[in-house]
Amino acid sequence: MDGVHDMGGMHGFGKVEPEPNEPVFHSAWEARCLALNRAMSYTGVWTIDQSRAAREELPPDTYLASSYYKKWGLGLESQVIESGLAGADEIAAGRALRPGQTLKRKLVASEVPNTITRGSFARSIGAPAIFKPGDRVRTKNIHPATHTRLPRYARGRIGLVEALRGCHVFPDSVVIGKGEDPQWLYTVRFEGRELWGANADPSLQVSIEAFEPYLEPA
Amino acid sequence: MQLRVRALETVLTEKGYIDPSALDAIIEAYETKVGPHIGARVIAKAWTDPAFKRALLDNATAAVRGLGIINRVGDHLIAVENTPNLHNMIVCTLCSCYPWEVLGLPPVWYKSAPYRSRAVNDPRGVLADFGVTLPADTNIRVWDSTAETRFIVLPMRPAGTEGWDEEKLARLVTRDSMIGTGFAKPPSEVA
Repeated sequence: MDGVHDMGGMHGFGKVEPEPNEPVFHSAWEARCLALNRAMSYTGVWTIDQSRAAREELPPDTYLASSYYKKWGLGLESQVIESGLAGADEIAAGRALRPGQTLKRKLVASEVPNTITRGSFARSIGAPAIFKPGDRVRTKNIHPATHTRLPRYARGRIGLVEALRGCHVFPDSVVIGKGEDPQWLYTVRFEGRELWGANADPSLQVSIEAFEPYLEPA
Repeated sequence: MQLRVRALETVLTEKGYIDPSALDAIIEAYETKVGPHIGARVIAKAWTDPAFKRALLDNATAAVRGLGIINRVGDHLIAVENTPNLHNMIVCTLCSCYPWEVLGLPPVWYKSAPYRSRAVNDPRGVLADFGVTLPADTNIRVWDSTAETRFIVLPMRPAGTEGWDEEKLARLVTRDSMIGTGFAKPPSEVA
């Protein structure tokens, strides 16, 4: 979706402000919020792409005004409610008002070391890759109202395939209920001027990780 | 937000979906075990061992897994090398994708709108915010982490560190140098 989360190239957000000796968490609730998200992901009710989509679908003013962990908390609330795991009335009450469902699995402390690792998103596919390193490609000019990983600034642009990264779960399909629908993934490199026009930094190149359905020959 | 998160945790616990002691274990892991010291060891090894450096640039997932310094490493890690002619910088413009297993949790600035918006069209301006200036003739390559591939920058080894062992070299490797918003420290800072 063409939301405010798709920030590449936007103006007006100001300077980057590094924080010296930044702590891992700035308050206890941030840590709980991160851990809650990880533990709920482990149950397998939704995938990482659906979690991202839930955060992107927050109202734009909320998204922009919320810290990273606040977005995680609000996104998790909406996922819990939309998937029917708990009601808004229960979250408002701060206690369960009805029994829970039986889920596939539940994270226990002894299993945590094995979940610190990310899973693999690589899948096998029958069809060979259409493109190869060195090919000129153009990204498609698409504007799905649902989750996509093709950023606005890189749509309708000509680039070079730099690498083939294997075949991966396709986020655009996952979020609309079409399953993992694995697709070939490429690193596609663009000249700065192709993305930002004649005044772009001539020393700049930018790459995205592009799924095959985002690309056409150029 | 504190009350809201607590309410959510209570509801999800009472529903039987989560175990609060697992949450404690997750937090402990990110506070004490997983962090940029892991990436720093990978970089220091690459600086001292040419075969490992080749393996890292060829397949970072396999190379880091082979070191055995973390329990397991997830798939799809890619290492990109800085040279005098090329400076790499990592961003995720769409959310905040970051190589957690080798760098820990991302800093606030990495997840902020200023970084996510400007890294792809004004990387020299972003570097200036960090007090970093690149030579005008150095090319800049920005990697937007738009899929499940994750990137770590192999910064240039500082001059004057000839003969240093891995442990000492690792102390020069900053988190920001592995994201591409900084350089490794000069040897004078740890000597």
